[in-house]
Amino acid sequence: MTQAMVQVDGLIRRYAGRAVIENLSFAVQPGEILGLVGPDGAGKTTTLRILAGVLPADSGGARVAAQDVLHDPEAVKSVISYMPQHFGLYEDLTVDENIRFYAELFEVAAAAREQRARELLAACGMTPFRRRLAGQLSGGMKRKLGLVCALIHSPQVLLLDEPTTGVDPVSRRELWGILYSLVFGGVTVLISTAYFDEAERCHRLLLLHRGRQLFWGTPAELKGMLPGAVLSIASTDPERLRAALAGADGLLSAMAMGDALHVVVNEPARRIPELRTRLEAAHLAFDGITTVAATVEDVFAYMVSREPDQRGRRP
Amino acid sequence: MNWRRTAAIGRKEFIQVRRDSRSLLIAVLLPLIQILMLGYGARLDADHIPVYVFDQEGSQDSQALLKRFQASRYFDVIQVVDNYPAITRAIDADRCKLGLVIPWDFSERLNDAHRTAVQALIDGTDDNSAQLAEGYAQAVVEGYSNDVQLKWFAIHGMSQQAVAPLAVDYRTWFNEELESKNFIIPGAIALVMALMGALLSSLTIAREWERGTMEQLIATPATAMEIMTGKLVPYLVIGLFDAALCTVFAVGWFNTPFRGSVTALFVTTVMFLIVILGIGYMISVATKSQLGASQYALLVTLLPTSLLSGFAFPIDQMPGPIRAITYVVYSRYYVTALKAIFLAGAGTRDLIPEISAMAVYAVVIGFFATRAFRKSL
Amino acid sequence: MSEAFSIVVDELVKRFRRFTAVNRISFSVARGEIFGLLGPNGSGKSTTIRMLCGLLTPTAGRVSVVGFDVARDPEEVRQHIGYMSQKFSLYNDLRVVENLEFFAGLYGVKGAQLTERIAWALEMAGLNGGEELITGDLAGGWKQRLALGCAVMHRPRVLLLDEPTAGVDPLSRRLFWELIHQMSADGVTVLVTTHYMDEAEYCNRLALIEAGRLVATGSPSELKRGAIRGDLLLVECAPLGRGLEIIKRQPGVLDAAVFGAALHVVVGAADRARAELPAALASAGVATSRIEPIAPSLEDAFVALAGKRHDLGATQ
Repeated sequence: MTQAMVQVDGLIRRYAGRAVIENLSFAVQPGEILGLVGPDGAGKTTTLRILAGVLPADSGGARVAAQDVLHDPEAVKSVISYMPQHFGLYEDLTVDENIRFYAELFEVAAAAREQRARELLAACGMTPFRRRLAGQLSGGMKRKLGLVCALIHSPQVLLLDEPTTGVDPVSRRELWGILYSLVFGGVTVLISTAYFDEAERCHRLLLLHRGRQLFWGTPAELKGMLPGAVLSIASTDPERLRAALAGADGLLSAMAMGDALHVVVNEPARRIPELRTRLEAAHLAFDGITTVAATVEDVFAYMVSREPDQRGRRP
Repeated sequence: MNWRRTAAIGRKEFIQVRRDSRSLLIAVLLPLIQILMLGYGARLDADHIPVYVFDQEGSQDSQALLKRFQASRYFDVIQVVDNYPAITRAIDADRCKLGLVIPWDFSERLNDAHRTAVQALIDGTDDNSAQLAEGYAQAVVEGYSNDVQLKWFAIHGMSQQAVAPLAVDYRTWFNEELESKNFIIPGAIALVMALMGALLSSLTIAREWERGTMEQLIATPATAMEIMTGKLVPYLVIGLFDAALCTVFAVGWFNTPFRGSVTALFVTTVMFLIVILGIGYMISVATKSQLGASQYALLVTLLPTSLLSGFAFPIDQMPGPIRAITYVVYSRYYVTALKAIFLAGAGTRDLIPEISAMAVYAVVIGFFATRAFRKSL
Repeated sequence: MSEAFSIVVDELVKRFRRFTAVNRISFSVARGEIFGLLGPNGSGKSTTIRMLCGLLTPTAGRVSVVGFDVARDPEEVRQHIGYMSQKFSLYNDLRVVENLEFFAGLYGVKGAQLTERIAWALEMAGLNGGEELITGDLAGGWKQRLALGCAVMHRPRVLLLDEPTAGVDPLSRRLFWELIHQMSADGVTVLVTTHYMDEAEYCNRLALIEAGRLVATGSPSELKRGAIRGDLLLVECAPLGRGLEIIKRQPGVLDAAVFGAALHVVVGAADRARAELPAALASAGVATSRIEPIAPSLEDAFVALAGKRHDLGATQ
């Protein structure tokens, strides 16, 4: 295995006496997309900020592109790009002015800047808006402009904090398209997201919950951690199905969806006929039972369900 | 320090000021309004102040002094009385603002080369006009005493050149018409610089925090020094432009004399702006909010500049402890320099004490300003 | 209008100056149904829900809730609706029970009913024994369920939820949806907005909204079935980048994009493509390890429906 592009060991950051992130350890290989996945307050932003050199850590080690970020945060800044969660560009500057500003901060030559800007803007479908004020762009466009500015100096590592939150699905797909093409070019990407369905797009995942690391590995490895399989029972009244199936053998959990009931069972081959019999005996109509792929959220919820009570910070 | 990055930050800041109507207002319109208001508002001059005189001596010398009061357009000697209570009664009854008491040994002491004094009783109910009356009276007396001194030296065979009194207030010495307009306007430039510079620079860093652009900026290789320099140079340029604008207005519109050197004006203005911008910048770094920053900025720049710099209230007339405080008010040196440049025709070399004092401030504030901002959340 | 529909929205329009936030939206929600408004930020979801509870006046169009016109009988409507906003409008400095009492007071819940409702809300939110906790100290999921409890103190017949689960952890989110499904089973009509595609699967019926317009309505499975023009295939191959280039050039391939460590390929006919694609890839030196049809996600459906008329323009 080659030298990791990002190496984090036992990273801790405290705030107001509470650990915002506790003991994170993970690595990201060159050309890999690592997804930092978790709900609000999981520590995603803090982790990315530390790796971007804009926030100090309390202890642990973090190396990015062979530089020690904790001891010399400035050294890493010319080879990485960090895009904060909230639009960090100047709304009173035009698209072109923003691009030029960031290009010059990273000492990109004018000719190289123009060529790269043209490519990136075309890839984002933003070529017609070069003279528009950034503040007058739509949400999705602002994110894309942020990405263009972040990429203008061809960084080795890209740190993106929730770049797709609230963005429309079409822009979101374009953004992922750009990320994949970067990764094919050898760029390493760390991206945080609160969308669990988006996690499947990453090569490797770091699941965070309340500052702790629940999991680090590939999506496939993650799904292997869920005991049993997820079944979908199509029905217009899933809530009644759920009531009827309560206490069935081998049933680990049941969740009513909009037009189906999702159940997790330990041995699908044995349980499907059992469930079918039970529902028919209760005279409940359903539209067939199919095995569905477990989602990252399924596994996350399963992991969190085994955590101790976390009702309040001060119980 | 990387000049390319610094220039990029400077250019960005310029564009932002140009597009932000509020900044533009502060940068261009505010100085104009201020100088106009201060220029017109400064017509504090009161003339024909009614004077009662109690001349205890009635000599030629005392008459000569009285004539000077008569000749001045600021005073009208209404009545000569022969007792002290008459003066106090007149003041109480608001028949006069100033009572002048010339002692019985006035000419005797004068001719024996003793120090002598005349007593001035001033109606202090209106602080401002009292101060003016006092100032004018002092000027008249000083003018007189000057002549007497010179005459005395001449009689005793001393060269005039050698003994010409040096330490006389600029106000009376170089502002012969005793016009407060001339006294106010050069100092007003300091006020304009302080207000404009502090307001604009206090917004720069706070604005980046408030708009959420700081996080991305500190994630770039730009150093704290480059960010500071890039952000402040545009305001230095705007400040110099404003200083030029104010000077042109002062001379062209208000007919204030400009007798000194432009270089001296340039050097002192740059120094003053460095201090003001540095202070505004540090406030901006510390408060992180535009509203808070601008309030603090006004407090620490405008207030001392308007009250303790000698801009409107002559420092030599302040009580001792307050006068001592003015020595640490950086704008005092700029105001002094401005008045000297405009009225006394001072050049760079004449202002070495003021320039040195401001240089000390510039270095100290520059030192702290460069360390104030840390590239961290 | 038939009583079967708890919410009827007819040609609803809201303009802010020259910006049209909601553009002629119509839909009806049956009693006991969970209806989702799904769309990205700024698409007009919150504006719509605010007009439904009378917080905003429509520029044009009509809204009726449980048979009352919102414009004419706003007070009557408010008696029957519970509204929970994005920010869970709870008082963070009050205790849990104080928040419940406050909202009960607003809705005029008194006496024995008050005690009963507070007990019910605490039970529902899992906050039994936590009555005296300061609300601001609660973790996201508990806060969210407390907000739900506050919104339904008066047993409303219609529940309007504006982005109720934003930023909440998945387990809390599931608990929350369980509660919503129980309420719906009890006959409460629920209208919920969300920008999480996966979350929309919890709704019985959905309206996809984009840029103020209604793009499509239907149940999650209807939308997923109807939206895609062809079949969706998952292709695992190496090297992935080269594989993508080859596949994009194949006849019968409508769309192809990277998805994690694999490709998602939309083809006209799945069977033919499964036979032909591996050979085409192999001839270019790309090894195929897996190729199989997969069910399209709601996001696929949304992109297909909205993408047809997706404009790259900026906001007005």
